Amino acid sequence: MAPANTVSRVTAPAETAADTRRARLNDAPVSIEIDGLAKTFRLPHQQYSTLKERVLHPGRSTTFDEFRALEDVNLHIREGEFFGIVGRNGSGKSTLLKVLAGIYRPNAGRVAIHGRLSPFIELGVGFNPDLTARDNIVINAVMMGLTRKEARERFDRIIEFAELEEFVDLKLKNYSSGMSVRLGFSTAIQIDSDVLLVDEVLAVGDAAFQQKCFEEFTRLRAENKTIVFVTHDMHSVERFCDRAMLIERGEVIEISDPRTIARAYNELNFGRLLHESSPDDDQRFGDQGSAEIVEAWFEHDGEPVKQIAQGQRLDIAVSLRFHATVESPVVGVTLRNELGHTYLVATTEWNGVDLGHRAAGDAIVVRFSVETPFATSRYLLTPSIAREGGANAIDVREDLTSLHVHGTRDTGGLVELPYDVEVTES
Amino acid sequence: MSTMLEQPTPSTSDLEAEPRRVTVIEAGRRGGQATGFKRGAALAWTLALTDWRLRFYGSALGGLWTLVRPFAFFGVVYVVFTEIIGLDENIKNYGVYILFGMVFFQFFSEITTNSVMSLVARENLLRKMYFPPLVIPVAIAITALLNLSMTLVAVFIFVLANGIFPQWAWLELPLLIVLLTTFALGIGMLLSSLYVRFRDIQPMWEVFTQLLFYASPILYVATFVPPQYQRPFLANPIASILTQVRHSIVDPTAKSAGTVIGGNVRLLIPLAIIFGTFALGYFVFRRESPRIAENL
Repeated sequence: MAPANTVSRVTAPAETAADTRRARLNDAPVSIEIDGLAKTFRLPHQQYSTLKERVLHPGRSTTFDEFRALEDVNLHIREGEFFGIVGRNGSGKSTLLKVLAGIYRPNAGRVAIHGRLSPFIELGVGFNPDLTARDNIVINAVMMGLTRKEARERFDRIIEFAELEEFVDLKLKNYSSGMSVRLGFSTAIQIDSDVLLVDEVLAVGDAAFQQKCFEEFTRLRAENKTIVFVTHDMHSVERFCDRAMLIERGEVIEISDPRTIARAYNELNFGRLLHESSPDDDQRFGDQGSAEIVEAWFEHDGEPVKQIAQGQRLDIAVSLRFHATVESPVVGVTLRNELGHTYLVATTEWNGVDLGHRAAGDAIVVRFSVETPFATSRYLLTPSIAREGGANAIDVREDLTSLHVHGTRDTGGLVELPYDVEVTES
Repeated sequence: MSTMLEQPTPSTSDLEAEPRRVTVIEAGRRGGQATGFKRGAALAWTLALTDWRLRFYGSALGGLWTLVRPFAFFGVVYVVFTEIIGLDENIKNYGVYILFGMVFFQFFSEITTNSVMSLVARENLLRKMYFPPLVIPVAIAITALLNLSMTLVAVFIFVLANGIFPQWAWLELPLLIVLLTTFALGIGMLLSSLYVRFRDIQPMWEVFTQLLFYASPILYVATFVPPQYQRPFLANPIASILTQVRHSIVDPTAKSAGTVIGGNVRLLIPLAIIFGTFALGYFVFRRESPRIAENL
């Protein structure tokens, strides 16, 4: 065994680096200022898309609905910051990016961007399937603001990074989608902007290329580029972002550290999918003569919840009412995933809790408190009450209610156990 | 041959040298990223070259088709008008003249017709990237100029084959092409920005182009028009330009545009129409362009 004083935690230096970065970002000048930004789209009721209509019905007033894509967005992003924007589809995140890029004009508010801004928000803008990779690189690079000369000078580096040397003269229509995205990414990282706006770029290529992309992101971070990126991938938000923002229906819900935002995003998403599962009497066992299970639910920090982030403390509550005298009943809960795999079986008896003498009219709530290192999924709860000894069921309600466990990590394991890493000098 | 030599770290030194550029985007204010003439020009050139090359390599005969079209039409027209109607007896080098007329008119209609739907066709670019939309009609004009220069090579072979000798007056040709391009680009800017709102611009322009073809001296010459109508007839910039082409290239003995319109000063009328159209097109385009990406 190594002596204790040579033990160093790998997490420790990483923490310090993150702290230094945070401190540096706090002092950095503002790169993007957004104040009171609003964007409204007009959706006309009658589409006067022809001159004829306009001439024939000059008096007819054009009525339209207003769709508020963004409302009162206030945000300051510092130089060198990696800023994530997350939100569900149609929440306005891409609209925000387009306003920043100058593609859409705001209806109110002000945006000021310090430094050179990349003009594109997607990879491979202007790629033409009928041209070769060689031609497309030049076109794409010029679109992104390089001169033709610069584009040709950087050609080798681009093609090398994309690892497409053998396919330089192949027409793009013969490329796989992964290959053309690689080409787009490789070109995009060659441009010299201080501020980059990127919409959904991370889920590209095979695992090896993704690793390269991640490395490239790390390099851009180190080079103090300001990056605003929109994604659905909470994993990359947590991995790269210094801060993140959750946007919903055009309004900023929260701007915070990536972990908080990723959790809020998951709650927003899964909160919508959940619906009250109705008690199904076919799946009710026992005679329910002397006692019955009234209800069961989940709690976190004393609040009822329908979903929870992986690893959080969870209370499982079961409320019961007695109709007759029962001596030392046993209350239990079972948590299974949708495939029927049992994750948790807990009873009062096993934990040494004696419910004692219960008389008719008594109403109690039993709470089981557990950690939730479960894989992200939906879990079904079966509460039960039995007579002393646990064998003789009074009331069992199969799959009475459900809980969503969400997380930013999905390793494929049944459980995501927390772990520490230790490195020792041997 | 490696261009992988050490790259001087670009950003840091630049940043210290020049103050940071600030882009301000505000409601109701023209702004957005400073694009710069250089980037706009590079972009227009690249788009034009791409289009041109695509047309070239796109079909089996490639760019030859751009030559075949005016020449085939010319062949038919030439046979009909000379052999059947006998128009050539009064017009010296009639064949050369209608060839010029057709090539020029095709150039004009290529720019205007391609411009109409150009913004909508480039929707994917306009929605995903910031660049001045003006680049799009300009690129179309450049593509048309590339085509025209190819065609003109063949035309001049035909000119020399007809026994017409080069003369100094031929140098007027670039100026006339610039004027025609200005006129066409003005119309192109106007139509393309209007098309975003009014989709029936496209068939309307098709009909108008047909009318303009016969209203311009392409199959005939301006001096065939009754004398009392010749002056208003030459107000049409295409008529003036072609009349001048006839004078300076095809047949030096033919009347110049200035003579037909009744004095060089009056040439200011077609010129005013050319630059007026351009200014109008530019104005409308500028006014509409900030919202183009949203209205597509």
